[in-house]
Formats: sequence, C-alpha cells, structure tokens
Amino acid sequence: MNTYIPAEFEVVRNAGLCTVCRACERQCSNGVHSYDKERGTMVADATKCVNCHRCVCICPTHALKIVRSGDVYRTNSNWSAQTMNEIFRQANSGGVLLSSMGNPNDLPVYFDRILVNASQVTNPPIDPLREPMETVVYLGKKDVVIERDEHGRLIDNLPPQLRLNTPIMFSAMSYGSISYNAHEALARAAEELGILYNTGEGGLHKDFYKYGKNTIVQVASGRFGVHEDYLRAAAAIEIKMGQGAKPGIGGHLPGAKISEDVSRTRMIPQGVDAISPAPHHDIYSIEDLRQLIYSVKEATDYKKPVIVKVAAVHNVAAVASGIARSGADIIAIDGFRGGTGAAPTRIRDNVGIPVELALAQVDERLRREGIRDAVSIVVGGSVRSSADVVKAVALGADACYIGTAALLALGCHLCRSCYTGKCNWGIATQRPDLVKRLNPDIGYKRLVNLVTAWNHEIQEMMGGMGINSIEALRGNRLMLRGVGLNETELRILGIHHAGESM
Amino acid sequence: MYSNELTLKSAPLEGEVRIPSGCAVSAIIDRGGRRMTGADIIASIATMHDRSNGLGGGFAGYGIYPDYKECYAFHLFYGDFQSKKATEDFLITHFEIVYSSEMKTRKIKKVANEPIIYRYFLSPLSKRLENSLLDEEQYVVRCVNKINAEIDGAFVFSSGKNMGIFKGVGFPEDIGRYYLLDEEYAGYSWTAHGRYPTNTPGWWGGAHPFGLLDYSVVHNGEISSYDANRRYIEMFGYKCTLQTDTEVITYVIDYLLRVKKLTLGEVAKVISASFWSTIGEKSDEERAQEEYLRKAFPSLLITGPFSIIFGFTGGLMALNDRLKLRSMVCAERGDRAYISSEECGIRAVAPDLDRIFSPAGGQPVVYTLREGADI
Repeated sequence: MNTYIPAEFEVVRNAGLCTVCRACERQCSNGVHSYDKERGTMVADATKCVNCHRCVCICPTHALKIVRSGDVYRTNSNWSAQTMNEIFRQANSGGVLLSSMGNPNDLPVYFDRILVNASQVTNPPIDPLREPMETVVYLGKKDVVIERDEHGRLIDNLPPQLRLNTPIMFSAMSYGSISYNAHEALARAAEELGILYNTGEGGLHKDFYKYGKNTIVQVASGRFGVHEDYLRAAAAIEIKMGQGAKPGIGGHLPGAKISEDVSRTRMIPQGVDAISPAPHHDIYSIEDLRQLIYSVKEATDYKKPVIVKVAAVHNVAAVASGIARSGADIIAIDGFRGGTGAAPTRIRDNVGIPVELALAQVDERLRREGIRDAVSIVVGGSVRSSADVVKAVALGADACYIGTAALLALGCHLCRSCYTGKCNWGIATQRPDLVKRLNPDIGYKRLVNLVTAWNHEIQEMMGGMGINSIEALRGNRLMLRGVGLNETELRILGIHHAGESM
Repeated sequence: MYSNELTLKSAPLEGEVRIPSGCAVSAIIDRGGRRMTGADIIASIATMHDRSNGLGGGFAGYGIYPDYKECYAFHLFYGDFQSKKATEDFLITHFEIVYSSEMKTRKIKKVANEPIIYRYFLSPLSKRLENSLLDEEQYVVRCVNKINAEIDGAFVFSSGKNMGIFKGVGFPEDIGRYYLLDEEYAGYSWTAHGRYPTNTPGWWGGAHPFGLLDYSVVHNGEISSYDANRRYIEMFGYKCTLQTDTEVITYVIDYLLRVKKLTLGEVAKVISASFWSTIGEKSDEERAQEEYLRKAFPSLLITGPFSIIFGFTGGLMALNDRLKLRSMVCAERGDRAYISSEECGIRAVAPDLDRIFSPAGGQPVVYTLREGADI
C-alpha cells in the first residue's frame, strides 16, 4: 500500500521577487525545485524538501522561505504527526527507521538549568583584557610518584600528555560520514588552534597524515582503516566503545556514501553499507579492553595517550572506574544528545543518559575511589556553546568534544538528513558536485573563528569568577548552581540550588 | 565539632557554611634562634587593627615549649565537660599524657563566651602506634581528625611539637593578651592573624591560624579555586570540615611537602604557578621543572587573591597569589625577618630596617633558622 505522508514543510516563493534564475534548482540535491516551461515560473515539490535552507541562503533575491506545513492531522496529544508518519513509513518498508544528528526531542538539557557564579567585593573579578587568563590544558595521566635525579632535580616521568590551547576538541566524525573538504577544514583548524580533531572510525586519508600532531585516530569495532602507520601518525588513539547517539550498537555508513576514495581509506568495499559490529569482538569484558589498550600502546611505543570513548549509560560511573584502572589515559563520555551521521531512530531517541549527569557521576566516583588523577575526562554530546564548556569543566571535565557545533560552523543547518548522503552544504556527502560547495579555505577559518570566540567567552566567564587558569575551574562545583532542579538532580550533579550560599 | 548554646542559636557554624573573609597577617622570625615573647607580634598585628573586625584573631608560636619538645602539644577547645571527658578517654588509649593542664588565660572584657581550653603534651603509645601500621605523624593526624570529627563539642586546634596555636573570637591583640602571649611564652618565630569575615557566628575553632602537626597557616584572601582544590585533596584522606581557605591550603601544603616530598620552592610553583608564558621564557632546566609541576598537579593551583604565611619548625614561608591581589611586605633587620600585610605592621616593631620589599606574585620568600641555631 502506497501511503501518502503529507509534506512536513512548505516552500514559499515570492513570485514578485523571483527572477527565475534557477539557482535553487541547481543547488537542491533533493530535486525540490524545477522550472515550469509552460508557465515560465519556478515550482516546488515540497514533499522532497528536508529544510536544509540551502536554497533560502543562496537565493539572490531572497524570494524563498521554508515554513512548517499547515497541513495537519487531527490534533492528538498522544499520537503526534511524527509518530503517525513513522508508523506509515514502517508499514510501507518493514525497516528500521534511520535518523541523523542528535536526539531532537524535548528532554531536559541540564546545562540550561545550571548557572555560573561571579565575584563581588570579597574577591576581585579578573579582566582577561588586562591580565593573563590561561586556558591551556594537558590531558593524560597525572598519578606519578615523584622521582629525582642525583642532583635532586625532578625527573619528568609523566606518561604522554596532550596539550590543548583551549579545552575544546573536534569530536569523532569519520571520512565517509562527512566529506574530504570537511575533514580538511577540521584538520587545518585544529592545527591553527592548537587543539585536536578526531578521524572517527573511517581511517585517515593519506593527504591528512601531515596533520598528525593534531589528530586523534579512532579504533572502533569495525577496525576500518586501522593499520600501524595510521596509529603512528596520530597524537593520540581513541578506542571507541560506544557513541552517545547509539549506545549499544556499532556504526552505520550507508553504501551510497562509500566512494572509491572512502573505500580505500577505510579498507572496505565500495558502495556497500559499512556496519561495524555492536561490540569489539575481542572485547567482551573489561580485562579484554585492557589488552587492547596495551596492544595499541605497544604498537606506538607508549608515546601516545589512549582515549577510551563510551556512551553515557546508566552505569557509566562504574564503567569509567573500570576504564581508569585499565591503563587508559583519557576517558571520553558521549551524552545521549550526541550527533551521528546515521543511527536507528529508536535507539537515538531512547537510549542513554544526559552527559551532564554522566559527567558529574563519573568525576565524583573517580574521586571517591582516589583515581581521578589516573585519567582525564573529555565530554561531548552535546556541547553547544562556551557556557556549556565552562559548566562541563566546573562539573569535572578536563575538556569537551564538539561535533555538531563544528558542523554548524561549516554551514550545516541541522536538517538531520545526513544518512541520505545528499547534503547540500557539502558536509555529509561524498558526491563530488556537492563536496566542492564546501571550500576548506573558508571552512577552516570559520572553525578557527568559532573556537577563538568561545575561548574569549570562556576567559570572560573565568575572569568573572576570579579564576585565571582553567585548571582552577575543573571540578570547582561551588561555582555552579542549579535552577528549577529537584533534590535528586542536584544530588547527582553535586551542586547546590540557586539562592543557597557558598 | 565544638559548639555551645550561643553558637547553636545563631548562624550556622564554620563548616556548615562557607564564609569568605578578609584579613591581616603578620610574622616575625629570629633566624639566630633567639626566643622572643609574643609582645612584638601582638604590637605588629594590633597596628593593623582596621583589617580585622573583632570576629577572629590568633597566633602561632614556634620554640615555645622547649621543656616538652619531644611531645605533641595538643590545644583543645571544649564546649562542655562531657566532651572533655570523652576526649581524655580517647587520648589515654592512644597516647601517654606526659603533662596536661587548663590553658592559662587572663580575663579580658572584650573576649567573651570563651570555651573550656586545655593543653596536653602527648607521646603516642608505642604498641598502639605499631599496630596502626602508620608512621608516627600520620598516626597523630588520624587521632586529631577523629577527635574533631567524632567527639561533639571537642576541637583540637594545635597539634605540633614545640609549637602552639592560640586563637579565639575577638581582635587579635586582645586574643594575644588573653592567652598571656606577651608574658608566658617565648619563641623564635611567631605568626599572627586578624580576621574580617563577612558573615560568621564567631566560633573559636574557626579563627586562624589553622594547624596540622607543626604546620600552621595564616591567610588573607578568598581563593576562587576552593572547590577544585578541596575535591582534589579530599581524594587523599583529608577532610575539609571547616570549609575555609586556610584549612584547604594547609592540607595542600601538607600533601605536597610531607607526602609528595616536594621542596618549599616547588610547593610554591604548584600552588602559585608561573603563567605558561612566563615559564616559556625560563632556562631549559627551570622550564622543565616548572612544566612538570604544573602538569602533574594542575588541581592544586590556587587562584584568587591570597597572601599566606606558612609556619613550620625552623622557618616561615610567605607567598602571594600569582597576580598579587593581596598586599604583603617582607623586611629584614639583622637576624630578624618580618612579614606583614602592610608595612606599618613591621615598622611598628622595627622602625629601622636593613631591607624591605614587596615580593612579586607567586614568588615565595622563605626564612629559615641559620645553621647551628639552637632551638
């Protein structure tokens, strides 16, 4: 049965402004716009529209806008239009629903319920325009025994450390899920900013080996693109155990996005869906993880920190404690709002927990066990602004991963259609005609701008608190207050309610 | 924890709420080891009267108990005689009590609501110590923590050898005279503190100096890194029950100095670290050392305004936050060295000086006894 699902959006074209230049038609990979020869006007098939705003942005006369369609089902608070449409789709296809980007549903965003402190009278706020304001962080193990040489000088016996000029990194996004140009922009921006980007599980394109000092390479369950040179090229290695958008399952790259170049980089066949397994098949328990961590360390002469990335799930604190005792240098926690190129909708929207709660619990558990020093903590999913970074650091994070925010800087408009491979912004696509729309020269500058701007804002907020180094903010929960949170939420976050004094 | 009717009725106690405060600090050391009464240190801190508001004052004296220098001198506040009995029951099962007495004090109008104050000279019971599998200092620290945390109404406020802390609610000069520091005691080194809390019920245990074994800290400032420092140091068995800056600073220094065996200079480079840009300009060797310390102990960096005087057996260290957001002056005259929040605190007792200077932010000034000085 061919069930009709009404268009979600309506393409509104101001006929008085439209010059029929047909740019929208050329720009839309979804085939929404076309030229009606007989009438001499542009027409639109709104059923194909994903609301990516590409046509709106490039229309030279601003003749276009996309609005939510007024065509609605009979109002029902239990059965939303989306729920009904999903049922229609599944009844049609018999398939699992796919979605892209992070969970968009109306669930609590704890960052928005946390407020930050500032100094008044009893200690001075510090002005970052006039005083040094340090945002440099070193990620890695700190739990060393002090050793001295024969002259009594301290011996540098610290395990490998990653230096970041600001506590922000670009999170894992594979070549394949995003384009060559997107990767180039991320790599160049990371280099200029003195931070790191992450290859995701898609391997490292040979052109990007030169950015190795600013690259984290990922080893995921599919082991795509993993070989000795790949590990050695990087500044750090991330073992991906899970992802916030899809805890409990592996990655999924639709065959349409596996071009020849992607296939070579990933070392997998062209044009066939690449589905990495849910577990690593050599890791069925924590002691197996330890073996993989040390295998990777052996392969890289113990010169590179190893990150273990997990999705924020209910027992994340216990999991993190196990990881901290297994030789990992850094733990990355990915919250349930984390982005993805493609994930089963039901999993994305229903599995995992908010990263704020996961972070607070992991940090507290590691401290209670006296092993917070054994690892650094990096959080992502989703960090949307410098304020989120400040709050995450004060809750206990050493640094944050940003993915969606970085893609937005490159032009993404969050239409959440990455899995189709037809990204009109040249980001989540491998079609050469679309990829070339993303100019890496411009893209990398926009990423540099974004992180630079955030760094300024972090400095302003730190200065307001009278803190002149990010180290003194880390885990400094007295600087945070919850607003509108219940006792349980406050206890889990380890913060007081707004209005309670120090 | 110590409490009495008065404090229970009013605002929350120290430790139940975090109280920011401004302050005055002062210290004098005779590097030749000659002992002096508390008269000068009282005169010094009294000059800075307006930096305190009468809600706390205190002193630490080093070398004041030469007759009992091998014993741990415990000073205790009691809220009532029940807590005294409970504490003494605990003490006799863990220590040999070599001598004990009520603290000698002088009644002063301006010092009111004083608790019961006792002093004990103690030697750990060797069998108990052996069975604890702890070193002697750690054993004593555990006992102090146990009394403070578990015996309601009792508070150990001094626990070092051949040194003592004297403190209370009032202006520091009155507290000094209350304890007869100008008559009864002579030491080679003294520190003093006058407190200006913005909100306090006036609890005697909350006054400064704060001490742990022979370490004592007086501090002026309000650190912005407090909770980062606290949550880190509590990983290592310390419990910040008072929620004061001075308490956490003392624990941080104790951890770095006694547990991690860093030098005083290295401790300064952790808690008041040079900026990365400054470290970058240093010689290779210095850079390597300072980078190592910052990378290894990032959570013990202390930010926000502070000037501290750290007292220990045989010396003093003065240290400012790295931006120097609190005033502090050092001076020397012969064997005598002086540290004070303001120059007037020094000139009041030593008008003629060989040298006077303001140490830069993050630059520790350490004065220790000269070699051969007998204490």
